[in-house]
Amino acid sequence: MASADEQVVKALAKQARVLRRRVIEMLGEAGSGHPGGSLSAADIITVLYWHEMKIDPKRPDWPERDRFVLSKGHAAPILYAALAEKGYFPLEDLMTLRKLGSHLQGHPDSNKTPGVEVPTGSLGQGLSIANGMALAAKMDGRSYRVYALLGDGEIEEGMIWEAAMTAAHYKLDNLVAIIDNNNLQIDGDVREVIGVNHIADRFRSFGWYAVEIDGHDIGQIIAALRLARGIKEKPTVIVAHTVKGKGVSFMENQVGWHGTAPSKEQAEAALLELAAGEE
Amino acid sequence: MAVKKATRDAYGETLVELGQVNPDIVVLDADLSASTKTANFAKAFPQRFVQIGIAEQDLIGTAAGLAAAGKIPFASTFAVFAAGRAYDQIRNSVAYGKLNVKIAATHAGVTVGEDGGSHQMLEDIALMRALPGMTVIVPADAVETKLAVKAAAEHKGPVYLRMGRGAWPVIFDEDHKFEIGKAVQLRDGDAATVIACGIMVGEALKAAEMLEAEGVKVRVLDMATIKPIDAEAVVKAARETGAIVTAEEHNIIGGLGGAVAEIVVENCPVPMERVGVKDVFGQSGKPDELQKFYGLTAEGIVGAVKRVVERKAKG
Repeated sequence: MASADEQVVKALAKQARVLRRRVIEMLGEAGSGHPGGSLSAADIITVLYWHEMKIDPKRPDWPERDRFVLSKGHAAPILYAALAEKGYFPLEDLMTLRKLGSHLQGHPDSNKTPGVEVPTGSLGQGLSIANGMALAAKMDGRSYRVYALLGDGEIEEGMIWEAAMTAAHYKLDNLVAIIDNNNLQIDGDVREVIGVNHIADRFRSFGWYAVEIDGHDIGQIIAALRLARGIKEKPTVIVAHTVKGKGVSFMENQVGWHGTAPSKEQAEAALLELAAGEE
Repeated sequence: MAVKKATRDAYGETLVELGQVNPDIVVLDADLSASTKTANFAKAFPQRFVQIGIAEQDLIGTAAGLAAAGKIPFASTFAVFAAGRAYDQIRNSVAYGKLNVKIAATHAGVTVGEDGGSHQMLEDIALMRALPGMTVIVPADAVETKLAVKAAAEHKGPVYLRMGRGAWPVIFDEDHKFEIGKAVQLRDGDAATVIACGIMVGEALKAAEMLEAEGVKVRVLDMATIKPIDAEAVVKAARETGAIVTAEEHNIIGGLGGAVAEIVVENCPVPMERVGVKDVFGQSGKPDELQKFYGLTAEGIVGAVKRVVERKAKG
């Protein structure tokens, strides 16, 4: 008999597979979009929305809600999948992704999609926005927490390090940054493109508390987020080691799947593989 | 002799006034609070002041986050760093998000003076007014600045407020009325209309007096809101006076002159002249020397009015 914790982890893993399937379905239908970085973030997003965050899909504007900022905005499909599964909007809307008139834009638009907090997509801007939200919580004495998901390629943007300084300076312990460290960006391996390495140490040197985890291990994600709640007087960064395209064998670790949608046949193969994971 | 006061001083004082009545007002600065005058607010309300350091992108991004959480942030730095350095943050986080951020930029234009061309922002009106949903305000004096800051705080949505460094003559009485999107007619005449903003409003009034001494009567409009522009007042001026001169401390491309020309060409084409910096960068010098060098003076406006009146006469 599985322990309560094991059951939680199992349920979350199942939910993550559902989100991955949604991503493939959406992108197959849309004909364009970013599968690699959506799939690498699936487990993190699942734990945030189904386990960690205090949210109410019926009240997207609830002042006490926890905030999520998808700074790596191109992973919009995984966010939309989570929001639809949570009930922020109907599931059938997912099939309108990237189509004219859809509320599901290629990159998140908070004025169109319920549950999206701020617009993102121009990389590097989300951490500063998250800082602003966390500062507002402190000013107002509110207890909500702010989560920002960043790409490892994204942290090449200088603005991220401006924001890293600000978060540490203002001791934003109500802020958690999660790095989806899948090691790939459009032009190749992040370490080869411009030497992105020692990510945790870089943040530590900026005054953050940093922890490294396997970003596909549900238990580790839960534990890291729990740990972050106990860290006071400084922001926490979770460097989540992930696999780009995780869950679809032919997409895994393939840079070509950063911004290419699967064909109908590829989508079918991917969905079969994800369904087999259910057994 | 008119009283002189810097628009940035009026800004700093008004922020404190606003802070006293509205707890949602927060102020951010990027290491220039002594110059932008946000230091007044920082002293009065330290818990609601966010010093960002020399990081203008983070300044605007943090302001966006504060606005998303319900605050009314005023983010201040020099115009060249606000509209220039942080353009993408203003575009993609603030304007695209329709967030309630007030970008209060000081030290715009050549009257920054000795710091030179790197610091003399002459393209910000063009950049900001091209952004959907952005309100762009360039007040003419300290009194109008005070009213504009208050109007910006009440307005829902992003605002770009452009101020200068120097002490400018005070034009308006304390009972002046300011409304976003409404031009103010300061003088009337039928030879031409001078439409000005910022420091050039004072110059336009001087020019109108000089012209009147020569028997040429011009209408003068203070177009403090460049977006949304008071199209009605522009069209009325074109119809009733048949010639228009714009005057701004900005590149003649894309600023007030461009905005007015767009309206005039589509609705009531009449001869037009644009007084402004003629598509060059600025340089070091004393503010008044630079104003003269670039023709940003009453004399410059008088010359433009004479040219436009002549063109009008030729039909």
